Amino acid sequence: MRLPCPICGERDVREFTYKGHAVALDRPAPNAGDAAWEDYVHLRENPAGETRELWYHGGGCGAWIVVRRNTVTHEVLGAELASEVAE
Amino acid sequence: MRLSQGGLIDRAKPLRFSFDGKGYQGFAGDTLASALLANDVRLVGRSFKYHRPRGILTADSNEPNALMTIRRAVDEPNVRATTQELYEGLEARSQNAWPALGFDLLGMNDLLAPFLGAGFYYKTFMWPKSFWERVYEPFIRRAAGLGALSKAPDRGRYDKAFAHCDLLVIGGGPAGLMAALVAGRAGADVILADEDTRLGGRLLAEREEIDGGPALDWVEEATAELRALPNVRLMTRTTVTGAYDGGTYGALERVSQHLASPAGHAPIETFWRIVARRAILAAGAHERPIAFPNNDRPGVMLASAVRAYVNRWGVAPGKRVAVFGQGADAERTARDLRAAGVELAEVITDRVTGTNGRLGLEEILVPDGDGARGINCDCLAVAGGWNPAVHLTCHMGARPVWRDDLAAFVPAEGAVPGLTPAGACAGAFSTAACLSGGARVAGAILEDLGLSAPKPDLPEAEDGGYTITPIWHVEGKGRAWLDFQNDVTVKDVKQSATEGFRSVEHMKRYTTQGMATDQGKNSNVAALAVLADATGRTIPETGTTTFRPPYTPINIAALGAGALDKGFAPERHLTSHAASVARGAPMIEAGLWYRPSYFPAPGEQTWREACDREVTMVRQAVGVADVSTLGKIDIQGPDAGKFLDFVYTNTFSTLKEGRVRYGLMLREDGHVMDDGTTARLGAQQYLMTTTTAAAGQVMAHLDWVRQALMPGADVQIASVTEHWAQFAVAGPKAGAVLASVLDDWAPGDWPFMSCGAVSVSGVAGRLFRISFSGEQGYEIAVPARFGESLFRLLVAQAEALGGGPYGMEALNVLRIEKGFITHAEIHGRVTAFDIGMGRMVSAKKDCVGKTMSERPGLSGPEREQMVGLKPAGSVKQLTGGAHLFEAGARATAANSQGYVTSVGFSPTLGCFLGQGFLRNGRARHGETVRMVDHVRGVEAMCEVCDPVFYDPEGGRMRG
Repeated sequence: MRLPCPICGERDVREFTYKGHAVALDRPAPNAGDAAWEDYVHLRENPAGETRELWYHGGGCGAWIVVRRNTVTHEVLGAELASEVAE
Repeated sequence: MRLSQGGLIDRAKPLRFSFDGKGYQGFAGDTLASALLANDVRLVGRSFKYHRPRGILTADSNEPNALMTIRRAVDEPNVRATTQELYEGLEARSQNAWPALGFDLLGMNDLLAPFLGAGFYYKTFMWPKSFWERVYEPFIRRAAGLGALSKAPDRGRYDKAFAHCDLLVIGGGPAGLMAALVAGRAGADVILADEDTRLGGRLLAEREEIDGGPALDWVEEATAELRALPNVRLMTRTTVTGAYDGGTYGALERVSQHLASPAGHAPIETFWRIVARRAILAAGAHERPIAFPNNDRPGVMLASAVRAYVNRWGVAPGKRVAVFGQGADAERTARDLRAAGVELAEVITDRVTGTNGRLGLEEILVPDGDGARGINCDCLAVAGGWNPAVHLTCHMGARPVWRDDLAAFVPAEGAVPGLTPAGACAGAFSTAACLSGGARVAGAILEDLGLSAPKPDLPEAEDGGYTITPIWHVEGKGRAWLDFQNDVTVKDVKQSATEGFRSVEHMKRYTTQGMATDQGKNSNVAALAVLADATGRTIPETGTTTFRPPYTPINIAALGAGALDKGFAPERHLTSHAASVARGAPMIEAGLWYRPSYFPAPGEQTWREACDREVTMVRQAVGVADVSTLGKIDIQGPDAGKFLDFVYTNTFSTLKEGRVRYGLMLREDGHVMDDGTTARLGAQQYLMTTTTAAAGQVMAHLDWVRQALMPGADVQIASVTEHWAQFAVAGPKAGAVLASVLDDWAPGDWPFMSCGAVSVSGVAGRLFRISFSGEQGYEIAVPARFGESLFRLLVAQAEALGGGPYGMEALNVLRIEKGFITHAEIHGRVTAFDIGMGRMVSAKKDCVGKTMSERPGLSGPEREQMVGLKPAGSVKQLTGGAHLFEAGARATAANSQGYVTSVGFSPTLGCFLGQGFLRNGRARHGETVRMVDHVRGVEAMCEVCDPVFYDPEGGRMRG
């Protein structure tokens, strides 16, 4: 498997580590309440199909990227810098 | 028997080899199998379960019977004689026979066969349960086995390699060669891989014509043209073993196993990962045997193999050969035998109902009126039809599709993205169809890739049709084998259906059909047909089992190439490594780092003596320790302070320049991630230190926070761990050591927790007045290239003042005496509250983990809180990992009140000291608890204390 790092280009998956769904980008406000925080920290969907997930290019440029991927076909559909998605 | 002429062997180059200790001769170009047949060796192995005599069945990597152990630097078991090239001095041994191949005592298993059918093990070895591992399994393993491992470590060199290409062509027969020619001529970057030693595929084994001349001439021309193209890479002896995501293919190249004396630097095998924009599967097809009674006698062979031995290797596999099969394959086999001058016994198109012969075929039986008639022959060529090699198309989950006209499975459309089958593996069996199929598929792919290819002139070739009325099995007296390697018979499959294992997956597991090293390549389809028949379904209704990688077996050593020893865990050495080793310091692993454990002095017998001395030395004089393994992260920018305020629980934006502060970091779930000191080097520059263990994790976390949670912040971070060598200088005389080493320096200018630039003999360095020992302490950093010199200098100056170097053991005792924590304490399940740092979570600002740390249950008296422990009874020893119980309670899991995380003997206080976690521990100082270590069998009464045992006011540290 290879991931298209927006900075380095297509790279082998062994250069990356996986964090989880890109929902981690949507950090709630400190006063958002227990349910929102529980959701944010612990609860994740397990989609069959397209998903957005966070990978860290630790063996490369150090960028966090949001990868669009299909969990059924294993197709990698694209990637963006997490910093650009977050802004 | 070797024929007097013909074959692709070099009769001018005889090669000597041995099999089971007996010497033979073959020629360059032979495989071990062809050379054995040339020497009339027909009995080559014993079957897995019944120890039946077995002979060579195939001429390729599907071989189920001729598995041998080859003598190498480390003996290699289960090598297929059909793919092992002959070399001078090759030594092969048969397997699974005792005491000898010709007289195997375990052959009695065959007489017990009525009791040893499918499911025998499951039904017999059931009770008593205690016998499963101690009696039954060792017995079964000994009786039913393949070759044995030598059990010596394999220190041979294996390699891994990576390749990229536009087009990977898998298989170098007519379809693959034609595809590679078309793509190569168009300028595409092509890799052509074939498991055989030379290109040509079936053309090497057949008597055929292409363009009016011998097919081999065309193969030679095509190979020469491809070899001359700079954009084409030919990889022979390379089996593409698996298809994976994103156009990635695994391939095993056998580099050295065919050589008598391999080059010293050459690997034995190389495992390739090939990334191809497109791939063509031109893997051909496999001929299948027919299940008839006693069809496993040595001498019964696939017709395609018989032709290969005759045509390619100039070997007659028998003196008198019969042929069993229909249509073109039977005719062509008879024709080739006649042409080679081998006596043809008869061509049987109807049925063979049995065989006779001891240790080899002597006679076959065919129906004759109401009875049977014997035909004398020592070899029977069986043509049961062809199965396209669909395996790689199934590696990503697709199922092959049944074609009634071929009585075989073909690849499903789009089974593997980017992979297109061509030629025989797509169900086009004639040479002409293979050539045109290869060209057509390659042309379509080139167009897709935006390359223009001129329409190729297709060579003229044989274009016979393929018709088949399959004979799956022949009824008769005696067992009829399907899976030769796992000893599965037609009766076993029928019994499976009778007992309710009707699903093909159940049948496979019940009978072990297709679970041998050939993965059912010879037998799966026929077994499926028998199961379909037994359950009254069609073959497509019955389904097929899943083909998974690898296509052929791969040595684990090849998959793990480069990952042995230091390849698996590289060593990170400190700049002081050589100096420490020279002083006799045993090195201890800390992650990948190697750190000195202690520095033995003359006369010291144990590590404890050295450790006690070093601790006392630091407390009374001065010690030097290399602390460069701590993570160092340079943080710069106008928003650096704001950034640190968000990652740390406490505030750093208010830290003054030239000052250092201890910081605590949480995970977003509210538990402690890491701790360390951060220094403010300038208005917009901080230097963070992390623990050794969490350096990588913290760096990834900081990158995460900066990019994902604070994307607008103007701050940059970089790991500088490797750039600086850093040494702790600690003890009452630390200032004196530094004064002797630094230019224009006086300790009075450096209060506790200060930092700044210093000069060491003209080299710009950094100094931090921090302490992990509780003594007056400094950490001095210089660019890594000066590390070793500075270490030697500091140690020399320290020794002049009665001090010296200290190692990890002393460092650990010093910090325990002082109540400082490591990752033994912040192990991932503790909160700031637990370690007594709840007040470090600032109420004035948000930070990572703050909200979740405020959840109920993460603070309060029910929490296990950090405490110090001291022996309070007759047993004076504490042990890490022990559990804590109330003084009178039974030591059960339910009664556990906490556990010990760190212990050490304190020479300063003259007793063991410990750190641990105890329920509501901070309110229980002074109480006596019971420590029980069930693993080491140690039990001690302990006094619960404040974790800071030594100098609680901190006067020594600040002074």
